[in-house]
Amino acid sequence: MSSPLRPLPVWADVALIPLVNVAAAFVISGFVVLAIGENPLEAVKILIAGALGDLEGIGFTLYYATSFIFTGLAVAICFHAGLFNIGVEGQAYVAGLGAALAALHLGFLPGYSLVVVAIFAAALFGAAFAFIPGYLQAKRDSHIVITTIMFNYIASALMGYLLVDVLRNPSQMNPETPTFSVYGQVPQFHELLAPLGIHWPETPFNLSFLLALAAAFAVWLTIWRTRLGYEIRTVGANATAAVYGGISPARVTIVTTLLSGALAGGMAVNVILGEEHRLILEYTAGFGFVGIAVALMGRAHPVGIILAAILFGILYQGGAELAFETPKISRDMIVVIQGLVVLFAGALEHMFRRPVAVLLARRTTSPPI
Amino acid sequence: MAERASPAIELIGIDKSFGPVHANNHVNLVVERGVIHGIVGENGAGKSTLMSILYGFYEADSGEIRINGEPVRIRSSREAISHGIGMVHQHFMLVPPLSVLENVMLGAEGGPLLSEGAGSIRKRLAELGREYGLEVNPDAIVGELSVGLQQRVEILKALVRGADILVLDEPTAVLTPAEADQLFEMLKVLKGERKTIIFITHKLREIMSLTDRVSVMRRGEMVATFDTDKTSPPELADAMVGRKVILKIDKGPAHPGAVVLEARDLVVRDDRGVVRVDGVSFTLREGEILGVAGVAGNGQSELLEALAGIRPLSAGEILIDGEVLPPPKRNPQLERLIGIGHVPEDRHRVGLVMPFEACESAMLGFHRERVYGKGALFDRRAIIADAQSKMKAFDVRPPSPLLKTANFSGGNQQKIVLAREIERNPRILLVGQPTRGVDIGAIEFIHKRIVAQRDAGKALLLVSVELDEIFALSDRIIVLCAGRVTGERRPEDTDAQDLGLLMAGVSERAA
Repeated sequence: MSSPLRPLPVWADVALIPLVNVAAAFVISGFVVLAIGENPLEAVKILIAGALGDLEGIGFTLYYATSFIFTGLAVAICFHAGLFNIGVEGQAYVAGLGAALAALHLGFLPGYSLVVVAIFAAALFGAAFAFIPGYLQAKRDSHIVITTIMFNYIASALMGYLLVDVLRNPSQMNPETPTFSVYGQVPQFHELLAPLGIHWPETPFNLSFLLALAAAFAVWLTIWRTRLGYEIRTVGANATAAVYGGISPARVTIVTTLLSGALAGGMAVNVILGEEHRLILEYTAGFGFVGIAVALMGRAHPVGIILAAILFGILYQGGAELAFETPKISRDMIVVIQGLVVLFAGALEHMFRRPVAVLLARRTTSPPI
Repeated sequence: MAERASPAIELIGIDKSFGPVHANNHVNLVVERGVIHGIVGENGAGKSTLMSILYGFYEADSGEIRINGEPVRIRSSREAISHGIGMVHQHFMLVPPLSVLENVMLGAEGGPLLSEGAGSIRKRLAELGREYGLEVNPDAIVGELSVGLQQRVEILKALVRGADILVLDEPTAVLTPAEADQLFEMLKVLKGERKTIIFITHKLREIMSLTDRVSVMRRGEMVATFDTDKTSPPELADAMVGRKVILKIDKGPAHPGAVVLEARDLVVRDDRGVVRVDGVSFTLREGEILGVAGVAGNGQSELLEALAGIRPLSAGEILIDGEVLPPPKRNPQLERLIGIGHVPEDRHRVGLVMPFEACESAMLGFHRERVYGKGALFDRRAIIADAQSKMKAFDVRPPSPLLKTANFSGGNQQKIVLAREIERNPRILLVGQPTRGVDIGAIEFIHKRIVAQRDAGKALLLVSVELDEIFALSDRIIVLCAGRVTGERRPEDTDAQDLGLLMAGVSERAA
């Protein structure tokens, strides 16, 4: 019989349970590695060394983590309003268009104000693309999960058309835009540190990382310290009470999806403005979907999201090394781990809750010896 | 001899609790074979819980069920069916895109191949149609049938499975009056065939016209059983509402001032579009408490929500200080601004946000005000201090603004809602079920606060299904039945019997 247990202490809720969930995902991944015929411990060693073993690895890890922070925050802010935005992938993709258009066509702007405008353009395009599903959810009751999934395909088709037929550099075969001028680029850390005499190997790690940390703080502030955040949380927790409190759930739904789309645009800042310096086909490469895993693992809290994003950064960078070093393990292994994290941190989030609670209860009530 | 002696159903000492809620408290019920037995009671009296126990949805904490004199244990609806019990739920358990035949077969297919079972059930349906006059085209798509016919399919489902005892849970709630009459005819035919029928409702008219016997439930207890021809609507209403120890409260005479709120011919519909408030008019003055009495579900909730700006008016108008509020402007936010406070009937679903800290729940609806922070950001210290002072003023225990709302007891949660609405000093206060699920000590405290508001010159509208509460607090009482005002009284000129009559819909002209 299920008897009611005392609620878990806060530390167990925010730290222990996610750790147990992630550990379970890794243990099972270990078995998969074993089944492939490799030594899991060896694999972990290569993975960690590849991701954190030297400055180059760390640079790549944090570069990936930056994208994950943005996409994770985009998913998380919608969670707070009770919305499941699966469309971060498409929103980030379209945000890349905004960034590229600004960086290419507003060259008359003085100095680095160009890149600042391009950043806002990315946020604006991401928000605009998220607005449509948000509006449909708020006013037409079309479920946002369905519409955002479909909008990912629309984004893909639209961008494919634009890059092949409209934006492509005519002298080029590749479906990509011309390269941005230097003032349309977010500076990378190795460039910034070189004049100071600090040598950092050349990596795509760029200033967007600081923007991501600022965005995480801004999301925390918005959700827990502003009227808007209060309204978002009220709608997410109890829409009936929100109406009673004079809060319009429709308005909150639209505003939240706009913010979410703008955050998704951060990924375009990191990748398009910070590394590629041109818009390329399918640049998002599934990072928008990883954002779902990051938000789930980080329990929709900005601090948790930063930690989860770094973990996924390690997985991506270390996984690339792993695939390179051990021919039997392909990069798909990372997708397997990702899937398992979503499974354990999302779908089976409460599976370990009861055992942990029982264990803790036993420990605290067992008689002293 | 045994045939005659054993009733169809005996429920003996049934007890069922959900957490702190004692939904069924030692309930006894005897239903004789071949009768239509009504069970009446207000919403939340425990009727549905009792029937769910009989049908195996819940298991009783203690008590015994006997079918035809045999003690049985019913752990699932499948076991209930095997004992000959069939249930027709208020919300049909039908699959709309399937045909009548397919719906009736569902769960009784009789093997992996459908054709055999389909043939025998088709035959059975035809027989039942002839025997009981329950004809339905077996190939019609259920979703395309009228509600009345869908209900007929539900009854056929039970009969095909060999039900001797039919339980109908508020079957007329979804029917038009003509469909309800057809249903009654059908049930009388079934009774003629020695079927036993349990009919749950809170409409006394149906009880009087249909049943042979009637049992009354109140607050989880079975309070009385009557032969229908030996009782009357007022007696039943009385038993349903109950006369408890009158709560005494020190209360001087009212000194009503100017009219601040006037309702004119209000018509309000519920979410399904059914008219729940049907042409209600009243006035509310400063310095008085107007009580709205009635059996739960007679339009009080919708009236309150409409006044608070949550539910739109289908017709009529509301005047504040003699001025009509244009409908598009009416929303909870505006109503707060013009000084209308609202203590909603359901604090869990409406009045509070359970996962929020108490201080966050204590500003719901007022969160845009500048005291909680001047710019976009909240001033956390101001929010906590504000909650602290409200909690102190209303003796909320524990007085911890950072504790989650859900972790307070019902009475203390209610005090948080009252503190929030009253401390903002509204001119008009709409109060719904202020003491539902609240312990005695808190009831007294809350009542005193409400009277203090009146004495401070506020205009109060009190909706309560507790007649004692209406008597103890109101300076004037209006009674609602089926969405209409059936009478207006002063508490000193009336008694529970008189109000019970009005609540049962016996209006003054008819009386």
